[in-house]
Amino acid sequence: MEPGSTADLIRRSLLPLLSGTVRGTIPLTLISFVLGLILALLIALMRLSPVRLIAAPARFYVSVIRGTPLLVQLFIIYYGLPSIGATIDPFPSACLAFTLNVGGYASEVIRAAILSVPRGQWEAAFTVGMNYPTALRRIVLPQALRVAVPSLSNTLISLVKDTSLASTIQVTELLRKAQELAAPTYEFFTLYAVAAAYYWVICLGLSFSQARLETRLDRYVVS
Amino acid sequence: MTAPELRSDAEALLEVTGLRKSFGENHVLRGIDLLVPAGSVTVLIGPSGSGKTTILRSLNALEIPDAGTVRIGTVELDFSAPVEKPAIARLRAQSGMVFQGHNLFPHLTVLGNVTEGPRVVQKRPPDEVRAEALALLERVGLADKADQYPFELSGGQQQRVGIARALAIRPRLMLFDEPTSALDPELVGEVLSVMKDLAGDGWTMVVVSHEIRFARQVADQVVFLDGGVVVEHGAPADVLDAPVHDRTRRFLHRLIDPL
Repeated sequence: MEPGSTADLIRRSLLPLLSGTVRGTIPLTLISFVLGLILALLIALMRLSPVRLIAAPARFYVSVIRGTPLLVQLFIIYYGLPSIGATIDPFPSACLAFTLNVGGYASEVIRAAILSVPRGQWEAAFTVGMNYPTALRRIVLPQALRVAVPSLSNTLISLVKDTSLASTIQVTELLRKAQELAAPTYEFFTLYAVAAAYYWVICLGLSFSQARLETRLDRYVVS
Repeated sequence: MTAPELRSDAEALLEVTGLRKSFGENHVLRGIDLLVPAGSVTVLIGPSGSGKTTILRSLNALEIPDAGTVRIGTVELDFSAPVEKPAIARLRAQSGMVFQGHNLFPHLTVLGNVTEGPRVVQKRPPDEVRAEALALLERVGLADKADQYPFELSGGQQQRVGIARALAIRPRLMLFDEPTSALDPELVGEVLSVMKDLAGDGWTMVVVSHEIRFARQVADQVVFLDGGVVVEHGAPADVLDAPVHDRTRRFLHRLIDPL
């Protein structure tokens, strides 16, 4: 293979881009998704509360997150917070922004999933002696999960792609790596295409896992 | 497993006084008094909206009445004052409930449904819980279904699992909320037969039901409700065959001859 050819460029970019994926994109996605889901559950439970003082802040939060661009949220945290005295490194900044974002979107999914579990399931749980937290954990959430998995998978797949926004605040993830490699050679088309292929492969893998998880969760329902 | 109270023990296990409940302008219960002796079977009948289900759901605080008291054994709850969660939990532990729509946990196996309460809430030893659950399933005739999921069972079988699940928490009182109303007619018998066996074993039961034949055969007391009050109550032979009140007569007539 002659040096400088497109094939050679692709070959030489594979490893650095893989490193950007494994050390940037994947940890960023996983950390934000896990923390985001915990936040989302909390927000969903707050929104389901009959106490207005608890439900209202949660509703306001979801409204702000859904009503503002993710890139703006990211910039506020990374570029905006230092001006009020809170400087956060690029990677934690990105984690924070994506966690808050997932928390807002996924909370609506989780809330709807919890509401889809019939009232009688709560009541049956109460009559065998459970309190609210136990009924939620043992009876309602496992059933809500089945309903939530397709939407939460979409959230996760969107998140994988959204992490590319972190390249704008100097996080060394997949897209940033591609930019760095392309800059001296002007081979933008090739390198961005390889980056796109990486994103696509990750999302294919996630779609496959989603299908398997759905089958597993459907084992107790009439098909 | 035999019932905790024997029929010979005549003291009231369940005592309800002055139960009132409104949903907005709709007065569902207008002062209900009820005495259920230990080891006896009480069947609540009445037209829809008469308050019978609301009474049953007040006995385990699924519904919180506006006023009145419920006592099961030594545990008493006075609904005139705001009720605390621990007090509700204590009252709930006294009774097992069978729902009209079974409300089995669809994500757990039949055995899992029965062991969930004793294992997770009561934290009894797993081996003991399992053995007792299998014995209960045997008793309702479903020992061979232990590892199946609820959706694999017929309506009658689901309802019998519901009975086993309610018995598993070792209640003192069994509550049945129209346990056969949602079933196909040919499945009603198997559920009523299990209930009859329980009554024979001395379980104290409160049953909301339209099954007049069951009431006649099994009940010690029949209570006829209408408009949120007890219109009349007494032995099945009295209330069902020689009702004093016109409202009772009309209701029973409609039940036997709907056209």
